[in-house]
Formats: sequence, C-alpha cells, structure tokens
Amino acid sequence: MSERETQATSQHHGQALQPGSRAPEFTLKSTPDQAVSLSEFRGQPVILAFYPADWSPVCGDQMALYNEILPEFRRYQAELLGISVDGAWCHAAFATERKLHFPLLADFEPKGAVAQTYGVYRTSDGFSERALFVIDAEGVIRWSFVSPVGVNPGADGILAALEAIQQEVIK
Amino acid sequence: MKRGHHGPALVLPVGDRDHAQGSPGAPVTLVEYGDYECPYCGQAYPIVKAVQKTLGSRLRFVFRNFPLSEMHPNAENAAEAAEAAGVLGKYWEMHDTLFEHQDALEPSDLVAHAAKLGLDSKRVAAELKSHTHAPRVREDFMSGVKSGVNGTPTFFINGERHDGPWDYQDLVSACEAAIEETVK
Repeated sequence: MSERETQATSQHHGQALQPGSRAPEFTLKSTPDQAVSLSEFRGQPVILAFYPADWSPVCGDQMALYNEILPEFRRYQAELLGISVDGAWCHAAFATERKLHFPLLADFEPKGAVAQTYGVYRTSDGFSERALFVIDAEGVIRWSFVSPVGVNPGADGILAALEAIQQEVIK
Repeated sequence: MKRGHHGPALVLPVGDRDHAQGSPGAPVTLVEYGDYECPYCGQAYPIVKAVQKTLGSRLRFVFRNFPLSEMHPNAENAAEAAEAAGVLGKYWEMHDTLFEHQDALEPSDLVAHAAKLGLDSKRVAAELKSHTHAPRVREDFMSGVKSGVNGTPTFFINGERHDGPWDYQDLVSACEAAIEETVK
C-alpha cells in the first residue's frame, strides 16, 4: 500500500465500509425507466462516487472532472457510477446539462438507503457524504475515501487504487 | 476538515519540461493547472500577475495545461496553441493573449493570435490541425489528475496542493509561508 493510500484511508470519519469488506449489492434507477445493479459489473472494477447533490457547485466540478477522466478509468475496464439522493428525472437533467457520459444512480426511495449500507449517509442533512469506493472484479471494496463535503476529492486516489488492482491481476 | 500539509502533492516535479517564469533557485514555486477557456482561470490570471509582481525574484511561476474539454470545446486547442507558440519561443506571450481574449479561442482566432505575435501562423495552424502538441497537453493533464487536481484552477505551492481560496492575499500569504519554511 502506498503512503498516499494509507494516508487517505486513515482519514475516514464515521463508519464508511473499509477495504476488504464485500460491497453491498444494490439496484437503483439510472433513468426513469431503467435500473442498474452492482452485480451486473462483476468481473470488472467499479468506482462508486457518492456525492451530496446534483447542481451544487462543488459536485458539478467533481462529476465534470470524472467525466474528463473517464477514458483513463476505462483503460482499467472500470465502470464509474455516480450516486446521490436526487431522483432519476433530476439526474437526467443534470447529466444532459453537464454532458456526463456515465450513469448517475438515484438513491431516492427509500431515500439514501444505499448510502446507509455503505456507511456514508448524513442523516441530519438528508444526503450522503462525498465518498469514493473502488470495488474489484470480485465485488470486494479495495479502497474507500470520505472527503470533506465541501472539498472535491479529485481522482488521484481512484487511479492509484485501480493501478494497485491491475498490478495484482498481472502478478 | 482541512487536509493541510498532508494533502495531495505534485507527482511530476517542476523541471526542464515546464514553462516557468522566474529563477529555478527561487524559494517558492507556484504551479497552476489551468484551462484557457475556464472563467475562473481567467479570474486567476491577473491575480497571479499581481502575486508575481509582489514577490518578485522570490517566486517562480509554472503553468500546466488542464483543459476540461467536455465542458470547454476550445480549451484543448487553446492549450495546444500555447504549446505551439512555446516551441517558437513565445509561450508566455501566447499564454497572456489567450487569457486576455477568452472570448476568442476558436481555431481561426488562435491562428490570428499567432500571427499577431509574429509567429509562423501557417505552422501553428498546421500543428493545431494535426494535434502535434496533444501528447504534451495530455501529459500535463494526467500529471494533474495524479497529483489531485480537482478543478481549475488548482494551485500547488512548493509541491503541495493549495486548498481553499486563491485571492491575491491568500496566494501571497501562502507563498510567503512557504518561503519561510524554505528559509528555515
């Protein structure tokens, strides 16, 4: 584990699921009439990016940044899923406006249920932490990070985790 | 919660590949990852100039490309135009022109800027068309991603990401604090 990873994982506050845990299964709407299940992506890495809300300025930056880096994630065959408590129609409008090329999932009903299973729901606020999980091809969480809600975590931790998973596969 | 000094750091150290203003021996190096079409980078441009003026020879300033192409359709071309001008010896002149004309970044504008700077505009046009400098821009971009760039502009002061506001006073204070640490 690199210094950066150690440092990142030590910064958890709350009880976000830690590396080594099995990623809880979920099925959420990606559009008003389509649903996505985590298990559909077994066999490839998955990046879960929980974020507080569509439209708030920092989130926009974070999702916009990931949109730019998408080709890099795909080099690792990784699928990126954004998740917030916003409804599917809201996600659709947000994704269109920002030209996002990855699914945004609606953790809408029951509100925040998936965020809760991952230990990153802020009950008092009614939205999730800004939290990242990198899940390997077998469905095990390999890296997780909770960022202060106002700080865009960037993508360096995600790429380091994907790189570590790939190195292991090569070995 | 602030990440403070244990936050993300530059993975690609400042070196010969970089466009820099100021002495390599300066006690503080300010690196900006920016996008020529980004309005916030446009706001930062005169601020950086003012910080450079205040700190004088104590500051080295480096600019690296971080074009958000999905959001800003002209950002990649503008970055490549700056690199093309750099090869011809007028990087900073083009850099300044681009930030001073953020409303004129279409390919034809970029070629016109090159001509105005006295550069071989045909060569610049050809290089833009064939994306000669795309690998260099990509290298900048990926070095930023791996260093924790999380939007534009993102600043690094002596290699550490500067989180929080980047007003004139914030940047001057942060740079002066870094100078004090260096001198210690």
